[in-house]
Amino acid sequence: MQKKLILDTDLLDITIRRLCQQLIENHNDFADTVIIGMQPRGIFLAEIIHERLEKDTGSTISLGYLDATFHRDDFRRREIPAKANETRVPFIIEGKKVVLVDDVLFTGRSIRAAMDAMIAFGRPATVELLVLIDRKYNRELPIAADYIGKVVNTLASQRVLVELEAQGHKQNKIWLINKD
Amino acid sequence: MSKLSQKHLLGIKDITREDIELIFETADNFKEVINRPIKKVPSLRDVTIANVFFENSTRTRLSFELAQKRLSADVINFSASNSSVKKGETLLDTVNNILAMKVDMIVMRHASPGAPHYLAKHISANIVNAGDGTHEHPTQALLDAFSIREKLGDLTGKKIAIIGDILHSRVALSNIFALQKLGAKVMVCGPPTLLPKFIAQLGVEVELDVKKALQWCDVANVLRIQLERQQIKYFPSLREYSLYYGISRRLLDSLKKQIIIMHPGPINRGVELTSDAADSPHSIILDQVENGVAVRMAVLYLLAGAKG
Repeated sequence: MQKKLILDTDLLDITIRRLCQQLIENHNDFADTVIIGMQPRGIFLAEIIHERLEKDTGSTISLGYLDATFHRDDFRRREIPAKANETRVPFIIEGKKVVLVDDVLFTGRSIRAAMDAMIAFGRPATVELLVLIDRKYNRELPIAADYIGKVVNTLASQRVLVELEAQGHKQNKIWLINKD
Repeated sequence: MSKLSQKHLLGIKDITREDIELIFETADNFKEVINRPIKKVPSLRDVTIANVFFENSTRTRLSFELAQKRLSADVINFSASNSSVKKGETLLDTVNNILAMKVDMIVMRHASPGAPHYLAKHISANIVNAGDGTHEHPTQALLDAFSIREKLGDLTGKKIAIIGDILHSRVALSNIFALQKLGAKVMVCGPPTLLPKFIAQLGVEVELDVKKALQWCDVANVLRIQLERQQIKYFPSLREYSLYYGISRRLLDSLKKQIIIMHPGPINRGVELTSDAADSPHSIILDQVENGVAVRMAVLYLLAGAKG
């Protein structure tokens, strides 16, 4: 198994800072904007961004967690059922500008499921997608991210591993792994 | 691991503690789903489920049907009272005919103990036992344990008394297995004629005095007197039964602690529970009904989920 470092702690910090700046440019004071982290791994990034945005803008921003397991399209096509996680969206997203946050954008299927799941909480005014890593050339659906940390060219057989301090790792690091 | 060890849910006896915990964790998520403004998810979109009821049921069948609809499954209902069973068709023929219409899962209730186990040997569809005679009623035990866990947290060391007609109750047997697997202590209490002879061999305590049982327990699961299964007289009269084994608000208030009252329904008000006890803050009977839908969604989701 070969591991290649894509982003180290410093670069990741700069990247997240840039993503926050881009969000602030488009959303001003976040009065009508809510942030939704995707379970299971997008929520850590969502928390980091949420904390930084609240600090930088001085406003209170709603943060929710969304689990799209029950809306996936690969049910009964996997050997074992996907395990669900907690969904916590304690606000109505009707008419709100939603920023959906996930760590890695790959086939686009989990984002499709997330948009489906989101409808249960109202009809958002707009939905934007923020991802830390965009795996180019691997999309299976017409889905694109609005805010991208880093674009990486990968093979379908490779895997992107995101290690964040919030998940219990020593340092923030993102790896590309070759499975062979 | 996020997969059940069994292909069917025939009884609590056959599943492991890990299975039960997985069902509970999944049910937590479904409970959140059924409290949303839009209570439906598309998980079982391409699954067809037949509810085959050879014995009467209101609550269990409604609960299963609702769980199936919340998961977007296609549902067909069958009840024996107006079917070809009356014309002499065998159980296996009936079910095979239903399966020939491309049905993926069977939810079955039958008056004979072991009927779903027999079916499981002969057909390939997933089977969920919704009660087989006086044997097991696994989803009821799961929702009972889930409701206790919701109120008291981890069940390890908790004391649960099952009170009433233990002899004819499938709920009692499934509850004993489920609670013991989760580490709880179980006591059964009822008139000697309604306690199975060798029940103590299951590792439960046996108590004949209902007041002592209530003083001992954290949770009392009160069972219905199943008159429809009693061919002979097990006690002189309902009035006498309720005098000795009925639970009233006054009896609950005389205890030194607050205990939880459960009942699998339907309640015979004034027999095993008086109205003021059934409707008291002690009672979590309606929580049980709500949790029933979430727990059954979890069971169906986990059984249907693996590649078939």
